[in-house]
Amino acid sequence: MEALDRVVKPKTKRAKRFLEKREPKLTENTKNAILIKGGNANLTVTEVLKDIYALKKPFAVLYKKKNITRPFEDQMSLEFFSKKSDCSLFLFGSHNKKRPNNLIIGRMFDYHVLDMIELGIEKFVSLKDIKNSKCPEGTKPMLIFAGDTFDLNEEYRRLKSLLIDFFRGPTVPSVRLAGLEYVLHFTAMDGKIYMRSYKVLLKKSGCKIPRIELEDMGPSLDLVMRRTHLASEDLYKLSLKQPKALKPKKKKNISHDIFGTSYGRIHMQKQDLSKLQTRKMKGLKRKPIAKMTEEGEGISPKKSKSV
Amino acid sequence: MAAPRVEELLARAEQREAQLQPSVAVEKELELEFDLGNLLALDRNPPARAADAQRESRLRSLARDNTQLLVAQLWALPAERADGATGPLVAQLPEPSYRLPREKPLPRPRPPTRWEQFARLKGIRRRKRTALVWDEAAKQWRRRWGYGRAGGDPAREWLIEVPAGADPNEDQFAKRLSDKRERVARNELNRLRNIARGALPGRGLHPTGHQSRAELGRAAQVARVSTASLGRFQPRLPKEPAAPPPRGGKKRHFEPLLGDLAAERSRQLELLRGLSSKKPPLDLKRAVNKQLREEDAEAAANKGKKRGQRGKRGRQRPGGGKGSAAKKGGARRRQQQQRGPAGRKKS
Repeated sequence: MEALDRVVKPKTKRAKRFLEKREPKLTENTKNAILIKGGNANLTVTEVLKDIYALKKPFAVLYKKKNITRPFEDQMSLEFFSKKSDCSLFLFGSHNKKRPNNLIIGRMFDYHVLDMIELGIEKFVSLKDIKNSKCPEGTKPMLIFAGDTFDLNEEYRRLKSLLIDFFRGPTVPSVRLAGLEYVLHFTAMDGKIYMRSYKVLLKKSGCKIPRIELEDMGPSLDLVMRRTHLASEDLYKLSLKQPKALKPKKKKNISHDIFGTSYGRIHMQKQDLSKLQTRKMKGLKRKPIAKMTEEGEGISPKKSKSV
Repeated sequence: MAAPRVEELLARAEQREAQLQPSVAVEKELELEFDLGNLLALDRNPPARAADAQRESRLRSLARDNTQLLVAQLWALPAERADGATGPLVAQLPEPSYRLPREKPLPRPRPPTRWEQFARLKGIRRRKRTALVWDEAAKQWRRRWGYGRAGGDPAREWLIEVPAGADPNEDQFAKRLSDKRERVARNELNRLRNIARGALPGRGLHPTGHQSRAELGRAAQVARVSTASLGRFQPRLPKEPAAPPPRGGKKRHFEPLLGDLAAERSRQLELLRGLSSKKPPLDLKRAVNKQLREEDAEAAANKGKKRGQRGKRGRQRPGGGKGSAAKKGGARRRQQQQRGPAGRKKS
């Protein structure tokens, strides 16, 4: 509906489709990511960006040229890029003496920066350094977060949310069980975050569930949290708001017990109890009054007792 | 005697089984939290500290355990074979439960247009039109509009009848073109007006505050007007510039209630004097003279303009004969142009 409300009306169907793809919708598209190199990005940072681009294909754009910006000071150019390429996630890599091997991971809301977290790369093992078979491009990874810091610390919680957003890929209704080949494991330990990627090998076991063996595969990063720029609470809450249309419809008149029993309510009209069809018992049949007086005088009508 | 021996045998058999087959059981202090829609598992157990050398193997074993638990959960989902009995086993994933922020804000419903409001009032409903129309001339079902429409291509019209009450010398083709242009312009104007009606000034506020100065000013103005009530206005901030003087012509100029009493008195007396005087308010002689003067001025201006135009045309004509006339005209025009700005400067 809002598609056709813009001031400049698209002249071709292709332009219209292009604009409709980018407008806000009830169920959104998969988030794209832009990977940008800063003014002085060294080899490590460039390799990291290339590896993550390989992980996130085709939902990522890797900018080849260096962009001299400082995301923490000025977000204008990042927002411009995000608007141009319709990407809501970004990864900015840079290197200088004060902050060596710097990675800024962030996301946007309505083409404005929502959250930004700066991470330092302590150790990096690239995809091509580990020589073994890799999984196909575009595999949906399994994500595992280990460590209680991811729940206790507010910044770590946002980082967890950011990483899930970044790596989760498209939302699918069903998945081929044999195709679960890739797992990304994040551990928060000793103030550092260890990101490891493994290839999953499903081995035979006694029961239906296969036994898992892991093989070291992809990029592995040791990260340290530096600066953060988190969105305010109300802005974050606004961004989390889901449309009412997507909420699952509650079935009325059905309630569930804690034991799992489900109860249903039926609404009936008012019933005339005198006309109810019950079991016929001959002894309870009402006899006509003439017959009663014939049978005996002893039988007298009931007298109401006065209290 | 037989019973314990049977038990022993069974226990030994189980042990042997466990040794042969790799186990899928994993022991954890705290249960993991799963979000199968995202293929996500959250482990809340504090990880065991390890020295540098064993860290990798520790991490790998931790990852293996967690992955085993996640895969166990995934295998427990309702699964079916896609593409018949030989196809791959596919599990139905539930909806993702971990709440992640949206990319863009929720879509807003479009406000109804002027016509839609009117139609709703009157109860007019939309009639569905047929896609094709019967074309009598071509004896075919043709489109209502577009390529190959019923009634022929309007651009190929070679004959237009002059309607009954129209001027016979009027160009009907040009009239048709200009009418169409007017219609298109009117439709565009209405469309833009409908959009403008839907866009309220406060709506365009960006969540992170990256706003242009003009938009912020407008939003602040709207807020100031909305918070005003019964003559109580929002006070200006210390460094905010004073309110611009209220614009308005002669009729929107409001004096303060208790201002200059002497001026008010004199004004009221003036009014009474005008009402009670026998003279008519319109001085006929003066009005007529004014009108005559205006007409003279207009005539003079038109004469000058005509001479200037002639001069311009003279200059453009090629060659000789009219050269002198052209020069004269041009000179006069140049003189007039010089006079023009000078005149404006004086006033």
